[in-house]
Amino acid sequence: MLAHLPILQVIVPLLAAPLCLILRRSSLVWLFSLIISGIAFLISISLLQQIMASGTIVYELGGWDAPWGIEYRIDKLNAFVLLIISAVSTVVLLAAQTSIEKELPKDKHTLFYVLYLLSLSGMLGIVSSGDVFNVFVFLEISSLSAYALIALGEDRRALWASFQYLIMGTIGATFILIGIGLMYQMTGTLNLDDLSRRLPEVAHTRTVFSAFAFVIVGICLKLALFPLHLWLPNAYAYAPSIVTAFLAATATKVAIYLLIRFTFSVFGLSFSFTTLPLQILFMVLGLLGIFVASTAAIYQKNVKHLFAYSSIAQIGYMIVGFSTSTVTGLTATLLHVFNHALMKSALFLALGAVMYRIGSVQLSQFQGLGRQMPFTMAAIVIGGLSLIGVPLTVGFVSKWYLLMALVENGWWLVAVLILLSSLLTIIYVWRIFEVAYFKPPLLETEGIKEAPISFLIPIWILVMANIYFGIDTRLSVQVAQAASQSLFGVAP
Amino acid sequence: MGIAVAIVRMKDLVAVIMLAGIYGLLSASFFVAMDAVDVAFTEASVGAGISSLLMLVAITMTGRSEHPTRHKPVLALVVVVITGALLIYGTLDMPYFGSADAPIHGHVAPRYINDSMQEIGVPNIVTSVLASYRAFDTFGEVVVIFTAGIGVLTLLSVVRLPEDVTKSYSLNDSMYEQQLILRIVTKMLIPFILLFALYVQFHGEYGPGGGFQAGVIFAAAIILYAMVFGLRTSRRVINQPFIQLAAAMGVLFYGSIGLVSLLNGGNFLDYSVLNADPIAGQHLGILLIELGVGCTVASVMLIIFFNFAGRREVQQNRRDKETK
Repeated sequence: MLAHLPILQVIVPLLAAPLCLILRRSSLVWLFSLIISGIAFLISISLLQQIMASGTIVYELGGWDAPWGIEYRIDKLNAFVLLIISAVSTVVLLAAQTSIEKELPKDKHTLFYVLYLLSLSGMLGIVSSGDVFNVFVFLEISSLSAYALIALGEDRRALWASFQYLIMGTIGATFILIGIGLMYQMTGTLNLDDLSRRLPEVAHTRTVFSAFAFVIVGICLKLALFPLHLWLPNAYAYAPSIVTAFLAATATKVAIYLLIRFTFSVFGLSFSFTTLPLQILFMVLGLLGIFVASTAAIYQKNVKHLFAYSSIAQIGYMIVGFSTSTVTGLTATLLHVFNHALMKSALFLALGAVMYRIGSVQLSQFQGLGRQMPFTMAAIVIGGLSLIGVPLTVGFVSKWYLLMALVENGWWLVAVLILLSSLLTIIYVWRIFEVAYFKPPLLETEGIKEAPISFLIPIWILVMANIYFGIDTRLSVQVAQAASQSLFGVAP
Repeated sequence: MGIAVAIVRMKDLVAVIMLAGIYGLLSASFFVAMDAVDVAFTEASVGAGISSLLMLVAITMTGRSEHPTRHKPVLALVVVVITGALLIYGTLDMPYFGSADAPIHGHVAPRYINDSMQEIGVPNIVTSVLASYRAFDTFGEVVVIFTAGIGVLTLLSVVRLPEDVTKSYSLNDSMYEQQLILRIVTKMLIPFILLFALYVQFHGEYGPGGGFQAGVIFAAAIILYAMVFGLRTSRRVINQPFIQLAAAMGVLFYGSIGLVSLLNGGNFLDYSVLNADPIAGQHLGILLIELGVGCTVASVMLIIFFNFAGRREVQQNRRDKETK
């Protein structure tokens, strides 16, 4: 059975989704989804262990060998991202039942879990697959279910947000598909590994350039890279709390994974970074993203909006790390993928708890919550400190590596700008502290109690992880480093 | 091309849908000209068939003509034109269509063409690629369709109406009473459409066809029935929980074939281990998964249709109440 783990990773949640539809009873379905997600988490741990010990795992679907059939090819990078996705999904699901009971009508609970599992398995499928067309198919599964999940939000504006996301996401997916078609046209293969060997022969043709451009632009749309980020704030703000916590921590990470996979493994380092001015382009866009989104975050009145803009800024940090195209830079990006998933899932889950008690996440409603919901607000404080990058939190670790990478490249100016941008983070995080701790409670929120235990457990698991991985960096740094080294090792 | 421009310019939505149907049919013939019969078949049944039907149902809810728009999306047009021009410029050095030494003909394809008969034993190469070599992609596609169905269900599912309200009105009541000829012709046609769907379903191994097209045709027959005889009558035959179950079962069925091959010692979706004789195993596997595909596709189409139409019923009732 151990040999089949790569496929089980994807197929277990995928087949569980229709089973949910048969189970029907809401609490039963929740328990079932939680168990399934837990199994996926265990599988990803075991996969990571296997890969760290013995290297890349290849699994041939249908028993057909690679360029003819579809293969799953899981190396350190995939295993790392798989672990992040399944871990976050499991922890977030712990709080799901409490939250959606409040936010969704009763007859939609089962469908919610069906979509959640589909979205989860779609993302796992994208990351495991070693075949471009298969990646596209699973991209469709995960995006379609994400659109529907976002549209479930209570606020009627959720529908419009989801529609915007649908349009942008579909354009992105179409661009990726055109790129895949052109690549197939030039090489006759859809297998990622095979592509990486056959593309250099035709690298000088304009068709390959167009393919590259289309794939990258398509991925950047999914990634919400500045200036293609416009769909993200509303989608995150109006979706149900659980959905925001799950998608904010995973969806953009999958896009980052795709970006790294295509530029480093498929097209190869020399093509991606020397023939095109990608380094400068991504560096500038990343920096612009950090500054514009952080500044926008300062002016938000809705805390979910605030953290959504902060997500765009954090994506900027990942892209800056990526643009250095060095081992350290890529390590910083991967670390930040991991760390940001921890921070944002904790923060958005805590906002879910606030939503559960107060029914709104407007900043003005946060008055006095520091005393009324001490554990929830403490979680937001620690998450916020982590966003700023205070030592002993995970945010510090990834910023540290990012600065090292920038200094290594001699990009002093960029390093200074990154440090300055932390000031902006301090401002928007401070605004929440100030309202929550230094203002008296509002009349209408008087008598609000601490969030239920089913919220506090997952929130504090994530917060503890934020601190633990900020102190004991062995696991995350080791894996991220090994993954980025192997990417530079295989790249020609 | 001309039709596409007409679709954009036109304000009457019914005409737009008709044109879209023609567009689908034309692209289908285009695919035939390029020797992609299976794609053409899919395009004809999906693009020209069921999607026009679904859009027609949708506009019965929204009204027939487009609101005049004030802003002129010039910027969007510029972006689209530039992207298109770059795409054409970028692909000028692409290998010519049909040239024998193009990479796509030299790498993966030869094995499909030369060996699929020995390895799988199915005359239609497209089917063996879809259902065996790349079976996992097809499984993914089925899940995409399932996801779409669930998405529609989540967003549109209507709260059940009290019985006395539903009794008096159903979709196209007037048509139900007046169009005698239409009713009789429909009654005569439906068995043949269903039969044709089954033929397409099981003939996929030998000619163009398979679960996707069959599912769509099957669903089209039932939708036709519902449109002519009213929603209520057709609900008596096929009710909501049943089609939801059928959609789920299709996906589960496909997946469990994969699991069975896993338990028999092969890899996921390796049909060769389903039977002592690998070729017979492949045949069996393809036949069974196509069944799963057909089941899910047909039920998802019905889910989408019934939810749109049911929504309209609610709207109508609300309007009637207001006028009273």
